[in-house]
Amino acid sequence: MNISNLSKEPLPVKAKAPLAKRIIPCLDVKDGRTVKGVNFVDLRDAGDPVELAWQYSQQGADELVFLDITATHERRKTMVELVKAVARQINIPFTIGGGINEISDADILLNAGADKISINSAAVRNPDFIDELAAAFGKQFVVVAVDTKLVEGTNLVHLNGGRIATEFETEKWIKEAEERGAGEILLTSMDHDGTKAGFDNSLLKKINDTISIPLIASGGAGNVQHFIDVFEKTNVDAALAASVFHYGEILIPSLKEELRKHNIEVRL
Amino acid sequence: MSGDNTQDLSTYTPPLRGSAGQERSGALGIINYGAGNIFSLTAALNRQGIPYAMINSVDEFDKFERYIIPGVGHAGAAMQKLEESGMVAKILNTKKPVLGICVGMQLLTEFSEEGNSKLLGVAPVKTRLFSENLKLKVPHTGWNKVSSTIDNELFKGLDQETHFYFVHSFFIEFNPNFTLASADYGIQFSAALKKDNYYGVQFHPEKSGEAGEKILKNFSLI
Repeated sequence: MNISNLSKEPLPVKAKAPLAKRIIPCLDVKDGRTVKGVNFVDLRDAGDPVELAWQYSQQGADELVFLDITATHERRKTMVELVKAVARQINIPFTIGGGINEISDADILLNAGADKISINSAAVRNPDFIDELAAAFGKQFVVVAVDTKLVEGTNLVHLNGGRIATEFETEKWIKEAEERGAGEILLTSMDHDGTKAGFDNSLLKKINDTISIPLIASGGAGNVQHFIDVFEKTNVDAALAASVFHYGEILIPSLKEELRKHNIEVRL
Repeated sequence: MSGDNTQDLSTYTPPLRGSAGQERSGALGIINYGAGNIFSLTAALNRQGIPYAMINSVDEFDKFERYIIPGVGHAGAAMQKLEESGMVAKILNTKKPVLGICVGMQLLTEFSEEGNSKLLGVAPVKTRLFSENLKLKVPHTGWNKVSSTIDNELFKGLDQETHFYFVHSFFIEFNPNFTLASADYGIQFSAALKKDNYYGVQFHPEKSGEAGEKILKNFSLI
């Protein structure tokens, strides 16, 4: 440490939280292949999910999220196959989401090797589902994903990739999810998603200050500075992105190097 | 438990151990007492080429040269299941290496604040709940830095400070006699402990990238 730094600002007595900030690539999967929706409409193929997942783990991703958007009745089977293949080959934690509606869906995914499951519309339609999952598997297994969009000045929870507005106010809903047993919140700003203009830092800060479970920021990552900003301005636990990673616009090793230069704790 | 990652004991021959020039790797038994999912653990062992099999009943115990006690969930409930498995006496009397992972590590302590449970008592330390006064998120979930200051065979080849993946609400207090590696989450606690032939890790080596795999590999060679 050099002396010029010392004179600027007193050092905090203790680090806010010693945990490393997590970088999480998100893989949208349909029929066993990775896709990324640009604003969730125009889908492009970005490869084999297990291969991609392995590459991310080698690059230093801290965790992975798979969202299965397969619409056919084969989905449950393809999800289990995906989870097993990932658990066999990948040595970092991962979350699987997409159409999980019943305890039995969650149970089969846990036994296939998933570390966490993510639920979204099933929780909105039936909030008791959060309680049931937490009671059955522990809250650390339950991620509640929330898609939010600003409607006439109010952040409202949306379903179906932002197409259906609900009456749930985002902040209230997240508090309720936490009280019911969510172990983590994955918050995606639909206004920022796909724009590559940065995360919704004001909303993320507001939410992060009111909950005591980890918050994952999602939607809007376009460059390295956006990740620095989201951690510095909101202190969220993790930041998630998809296309900037899939198309190599941001490489995880150099992203982490930059975060470390900004005194943000990361795992290298 | 998913069966397709496990090996069939009837066709499995443990490698020879102890002779000069040969790898000192004996068969690893996973104590299968019904506490939590072990698919990821067996997958990590497979990736490392570490031979293992499940120990489903106490008669199979002595066939093995080293043991892993896995575990997730409630420590008290896990202890009860372990007692029901009939393997407690065998675990307490063995001189072979034993590795407890997460709740499996907590079982090695004498007591947990989780359900005020009496545990195996291998190491005279206690398992406690992270205090709300720390103002930190509980469960302690994510990658935290682990410092191993004592030279030891479990952390051999790893940097003195390495990140490992944790998911837990209860922790084992720091004790200079038994703490093999420590981590800090508002309070310094035992990320790994050692008492004689017993080892424990609070983090999940099977989810901790290459560093975690190295821990499993090292244990398979102790």
